Amino acid sequence: MPLEHALLLAGALFAIGLAGVLARRNLFFILMSIEIMLNAAGLAFVTAGAHWGGPDGQVMFIFILAVAAAEVAVGLALLLRFYHARRTVDADAADRLRG
Amino acid sequence: MTAVAYISGAVALLASLLAVTRRNAVHGALYLVLSLLAVALVFFALGAPFVAALEVIVYAGAIMVLFVFVVMMLNLGRVSEAQESVWLSPRSWTGPVLLALVLGAELAWVLARGAAAGPARPAVGVKAVGAALFGPYALAVEVASFLLLAALVGVFHIGYRATEDETDAVGAPESRGGVED
Repeated sequence: MPLEHALLLAGALFAIGLAGVLARRNLFFILMSIEIMLNAAGLAFVTAGAHWGGPDGQVMFIFILAVAAAEVAVGLALLLRFYHARRTVDADAADRLRG
Repeated sequence: MTAVAYISGAVALLASLLAVTRRNAVHGALYLVLSLLAVALVFFALGAPFVAALEVIVYAGAIMVLFVFVVMMLNLGRVSEAQESVWLSPRSWTGPVLLALVLGAELAWVLARGAAAGPARPAVGVKAVGAALFGPYALAVEVASFLLLAALVGVFHIGYRATEDETDAVGAPESRGGVED
């Protein structure tokens, strides 16, 4: 698989994730779309690292993994809190800044 | 091996697209797991076996378990009972199973070919990644541990407040009647 095709795959996956974040209003699917985008960024790193034959791309993917784990933990905790406050997971229900 | 990478890439694209467009959160999570497994096969084909294993263990394992856990925690009473019957119908799981069979066939092909099916480029193994991670990137590892600790403390704080509010809400008589679950 040449570099260009793998980068195209990463770009397409990122675009799918971005479209999901923009189009979906369910907070679950917004978080899942963010996971897809982070995964696409990791794929680009690993592709570039494999192209130059070094371990740096894989090291960066491990850091992306840590960031994704922290992000999803905080995001799901906020989701639970939001559900307890609003009894829904619709992002449009969070349109009031005052509690 | 390039065929494995291309088929896995196609499966990843299709599964991601289906994951983003599902209406049911559990169906979306199923397709997302498939997408992550397909990307793991792409990593393997690119010559990064350590990262492929990490993708399966951490992403498809731990992070998706968190997602499913929260979906199960927020079951919505009567609505979720109707959903349970939908989950058990064949229509909902044939799509993920078919895509998973494609990945399984690729895995079986790679295992059957043995060393001949290895990646086209020389693979960068665990030893090189570990040496780089704890050599020049040691400071970044410490920063990542800070980040995880901050996430742990933050999630504990948010979750603690949430359970406190929940017990308040259950204790109040008007909200007990209003909430169906």
